Amino acid sequence: MKSAIFSDWAEWLPRLLDGLWVSVQVTGLSLIIGLVVGLLLALAAFARTRLLTWPAVLLVEIGRGMPALVMLQLVYFGLPSVGLTLETYAAVVLALSLTTAAYTSEIIRAGLRAVPDGELEAADALGMSRSDVMRFVVIPQGLRIALPTLLGFAILIFQISSLAFSLGLPELLSQAYSIGANTFRYLDVLTLAGLLYLAVTIPAGWLVARFERRLSRHLTT
Amino acid sequence: MDVLSIIVAAIPVTLGVTAASFAIGALLGLVLVAGRRSRWTVVRGISRSIVEVLRGIPPIVLLFIIFFGIGSGSLRMEPFQAAVIGLGLVSAAHLSEVYRGSLLAVPKGQFEAADALGLSRTTTSARVIAPQAFRVAMPGMVTWAISLLKDSALVSTIGVAEIMSVTNQYARSSGDGLMPFILAAAVYIAIGTPLAIWSRWLEKRFARIRKAA
Repeated sequence: MKSAIFSDWAEWLPRLLDGLWVSVQVTGLSLIIGLVVGLLLALAAFARTRLLTWPAVLLVEIGRGMPALVMLQLVYFGLPSVGLTLETYAAVVLALSLTTAAYTSEIIRAGLRAVPDGELEAADALGMSRSDVMRFVVIPQGLRIALPTLLGFAILIFQISSLAFSLGLPELLSQAYSIGANTFRYLDVLTLAGLLYLAVTIPAGWLVARFERRLSRHLTT
Repeated sequence: MDVLSIIVAAIPVTLGVTAASFAIGALLGLVLVAGRRSRWTVVRGISRSIVEVLRGIPPIVLLFIIFFGIGSGSLRMEPFQAAVIGLGLVSAAHLSEVYRGSLLAVPKGQFEAADALGLSRTTTSARVIAPQAFRVAMPGMVTWAISLLKDSALVSTIGVAEIMSVTNQYARSSGDGLMPFILAAAVYIAIGTPLAIWSRWLEKRFARIRKAA
């Protein structure tokens, strides 16, 4: 009996690994696009004119306030009615990028705000321009402060990528579900899929925690 | 019926799933955090593993394992039950982390003083530590409630007729894929925003108390 389960698992594994690869791809792309947009939104929220700060804050609040599942459905089913039809893969990447942008801009904003005032005053005293202060003083230090939280969020968006199942993207959960539907062995195959997710998220979580301790070592000693 | 009233009619289901899962999570979270602070290494290890697994697995995968995996076998389940069990377990793991953080914020002297007064372990926990820790934990608990509110949209995939599910159905039958989802998003934001403001207020109040002390 036990060996039968394992031989099935071996049979399903290639398909599930294909799915896992799609999940990883979608996560990676969304993180890259989302982080860039997130940084821009964070900077816009720091701008001196309300013309920039208000829309940035509003967009972020909306993006964070709605469930990621709603964002996915909105992009995939909603955008065609304003003339933008995307393939599943592109729709998933766009939706997850928007969610990533909203969350990471908050994380980056907190990081930028955590840069000590003295740094800003010193840069000002040195006669640096406002954009130079941002570029050379605030952004490098702020991103460093934000880094552990950003990495933690990366794990979260990998988990969220499983929602792409609802649009039929052949990622890990979709593959597991369709194997389950064919074999009626939902429990086995979904458990295996769950283990594959854990094989990524748990070690990644440890790495992030270790990294965080390393970055904050100078604070405790 | 227009789409907004359909969505509004589903709000109680969303709130029911959220509240029931939160209640289960708040109680089981206590068990998990007690396990993580146990005297026995084995209990600590098991509790920690449970938390890591529940936090590491995407909630939708856990829901599927419970509903399609376990539910298709010997143990028949209604979608609502499976939803509340799944999200309740996820909540237990996250809330146990919130509790753990808040316990670490209670000064060591409080434990020592209770010990010096000869209070039993249970009395110390229940009457001395818990009230102080609870104040610290409040903002984190409310923040989790907001996440849970949004996560409750997942249970539409196993057939619970909450906001997301009725929105999807309406979008499919009417052919309008934009407006229903915008309205659903607006409803989630309208419920979540007061909670977020409350959480921020609690956090500020706690910071003030700590400064005064």
